[in-house]
Amino acid sequence: MTLHPDEGSSLPHAANEPVIPLLTLIGAAKTFGPVVALGDGEIEILPGEIHALVGENGAGKSTLVKILAGVYHPDAGEFAVDGKSVQFRGVADSKAVGISVIYQEPTLFPDLTVAENIFMGRQPRGRMGLIDRGAMREAAAELFATLGVPIDPDRVAEGLSIADQQIIEIAKAISIQAKVLIMDEPTAALSGVEVDRLFSVARNLRDAGSGILFISHRFDEVFNLCDRITVMRDGRYIATHQTADVTIDKIVKEMVGRDIDQLFPKVVAELGKPMLEVTGLSRAGVFHDIDFEVRAGEIVALAGLVGSGRTEVARAVFGVDPYDAGKVVVNGRPLRPSSSKAAMAAGIGLVPEDRRKQGLVMDLSVARNATLTLRHALSKMGIISGRKERILAADWTKTLQVKAGSLDNEVSTLSGGNQQKVVLAKWLATKPKLLIVDEPTRGIDVGTKSEVHRLLSDLAGQGIAILMISSELPEVLGMADRVLVMHEGRITANLSRAEATPESVMRAATASVEATA
Amino acid sequence: MNRVWSVLRWREFPVAFALVALIIVTYSVNPAFLAAQGVKDLMLNATILVILAAGQTLVLVTENVDLSVGSVLGLTAYSVGVLFAVFPGIPIIAVFIIAILLGGVLGAINGLLVSVAKVPALVITLGTLYIYRGINNAWAGGKQYFAGDRPEAFGDLSVQTILGIPLITLIALVILAIVAIYLAGTRSGRDLYAIGSDSDAAKLYGVPVTKRIFSVFVANGLLAGLAGVLYASRFNSVGATTGDGIELQVVAAAVVGGVAISGGVGTVVGAALGGLLLTTITSSLTAMRVDKFWQQAVVGVLILSAVVIDRVSSLRTTRRLRVSEARNV
Repeated sequence: MTLHPDEGSSLPHAANEPVIPLLTLIGAAKTFGPVVALGDGEIEILPGEIHALVGENGAGKSTLVKILAGVYHPDAGEFAVDGKSVQFRGVADSKAVGISVIYQEPTLFPDLTVAENIFMGRQPRGRMGLIDRGAMREAAAELFATLGVPIDPDRVAEGLSIADQQIIEIAKAISIQAKVLIMDEPTAALSGVEVDRLFSVARNLRDAGSGILFISHRFDEVFNLCDRITVMRDGRYIATHQTADVTIDKIVKEMVGRDIDQLFPKVVAELGKPMLEVTGLSRAGVFHDIDFEVRAGEIVALAGLVGSGRTEVARAVFGVDPYDAGKVVVNGRPLRPSSSKAAMAAGIGLVPEDRRKQGLVMDLSVARNATLTLRHALSKMGIISGRKERILAADWTKTLQVKAGSLDNEVSTLSGGNQQKVVLAKWLATKPKLLIVDEPTRGIDVGTKSEVHRLLSDLAGQGIAILMISSELPEVLGMADRVLVMHEGRITANLSRAEATPESVMRAATASVEATA
Repeated sequence: MNRVWSVLRWREFPVAFALVALIIVTYSVNPAFLAAQGVKDLMLNATILVILAAGQTLVLVTENVDLSVGSVLGLTAYSVGVLFAVFPGIPIIAVFIIAILLGGVLGAINGLLVSVAKVPALVITLGTLYIYRGINNAWAGGKQYFAGDRPEAFGDLSVQTILGIPLITLIALVILAIVAIYLAGTRSGRDLYAIGSDSDAAKLYGVPVTKRIFSVFVANGLLAGLAGVLYASRFNSVGATTGDGIELQVVAAAVVGGVAISGGVGTVVGAALGGLLLTTITSSLTAMRVDKFWQQAVVGVLILSAVVIDRVSSLRTTRRLRVSEARNV
């Protein structure tokens, strides 16, 4: 805005004059060990445009954003701001050229006041160069008035809802008057009115000459708000379109576009009796009225966007989190709520999303980790028999083809895929009747991925009921006998294998079209 | 009514309340406690602890800790003794500067190790605690320097008063004011709270985390150096064991004063009140003729109450979270 005083709002569609893009990134690549997060990222943001970036989870959008923000250093790629080549050494460099980012996960300081969170590092200064708290509070209150939300600038950020935290991030970004504003799924937690206000703010910024990069899974928003759309898939740039020239269907095809059946040779198993029946499960503010069942030998996928409540449902079923209403029945018997011990005794195994934090004890050996769930069975008078432990662990790691130098090695030395197999071994050793797997192949290289898939398929073939939470559409469509789609805490679709297509699942997950239940 | 509530919710309120209550109770039992000499002693006793607590607050707020301050104080106090003995007639101001800079160098070593090695400060400064103390032992051996070896004007700093306040206490008050204004009123001071509150978020904000953490260790070292000089002025002898164990009192003072070990919360004023409370308890229990053995237990109870008060208030915040979340359902 102050940066382009004379260019103004006439710019965006003046096709004849050459417009210098605010920002261009071409051929960006970023790998983390064996995982390629971004293979060939590309984005161009013009002054006075709102530019959408769309793609499935794992398409590399967030990695791209973090490169623009200076958080990651790309391994390759050309990066220019205002037509001049740049290289960011850190976040401060990105800020200095006028790039501001609202992250998917709010990053606030819980102990500091809301006003201070907004103005951290740029607090208004008064006498003797000291921070003027009164001015800071007023400026924050003014921002909230623009956004139309009643948040007390003096309260600490701790305890704010995700939506309110997101609003504070937005207020912060507005107050910076950024040249380029990047919003990574800013609306996921907001209510309708708040979204409308955010959009009017975004349009004002655009009219003042800023460029906005908008990442969202909601197509109605993308088509409503954005001037251009860039599609990414599997860490690669696919295409950029003028919004007026494309349809939702075309975009969805570009987002998904690949041959799914080849990757997932699904074994169709004989379905047995229901192993898990969930009725009317609710937890205030998290999920509502969840009904579903999983039969022996069936793989049911729980699809939906991150934050739609999938993991929370799984945790409630397993008894890690409490729930307010509803019933969980396992193998015909009601399950005591809020007790993971009871859940384990009833034959449920949970392979959590974050294996580093919840699934494994990284400093313990492979053998100890693989048999952690059985430590009672393996011990005599409270002392674990190392020999029995090794025999059992050797058994499972062989079945699952875990590639470890030795069973005595620390789990942290294994690759992501092999760590995941150890977590699976740990639960399979308990001979579960129902296995809940949360993002079973996240961060795993492609080769090991298909091994994990084959394994899950085999387990279902042996009559184990599997509830699989996954953000990867190909995995959902390739593996599942049935697909439940969640959106904002509710199940919006229950699709058979035949009904489940990329389009039907995506639509239910974004609720852009009322789903057929 | 609102104003009353905001004072009650003030983080430093419990320790200030405890301090006032303690003084009133002790005074009613033994009126001599608040005679002019008594008050002066209270201030003198608290001075060195207050300076160290102010420095420690800078470190604690960033979710670090510096356990080596006792050893830094010992080394600098002993070097003051050596300076006066080896260079008779050295200006007092020069001694101040040299000792403070020595403290700064020792602090910078801590800061470098913590910010470069990325090992928790607790472990690093536990190591330097022993290293600095070892150097002090090797240097001093059995030798001690006494007040008689130092110029009278130097010792007078802890004897002379202005408006009934000892000079070294005035120095501590000035330091306290500077650190308090820095922490509350400057951008880099607020960065420290940001780092302690969530260092990953601070990095995303572009806060220079490594640089700031290095600086707080240097600042804390400088203040520990100053405390060492004042120690040499206040007490008769300096030697190999000077300041041994004082680091735990310093951390205790800060925690009792509402500075959170988990970072991001607390003020130097609170830490100073905590230091004053701890030293006053010792004096007042003596004035009330309570057995010395009980004094440490009382300090322990204070630390635990500070933690409990903190926990209760954070539970109340959690309850507010539910209310705020209900808005979206």
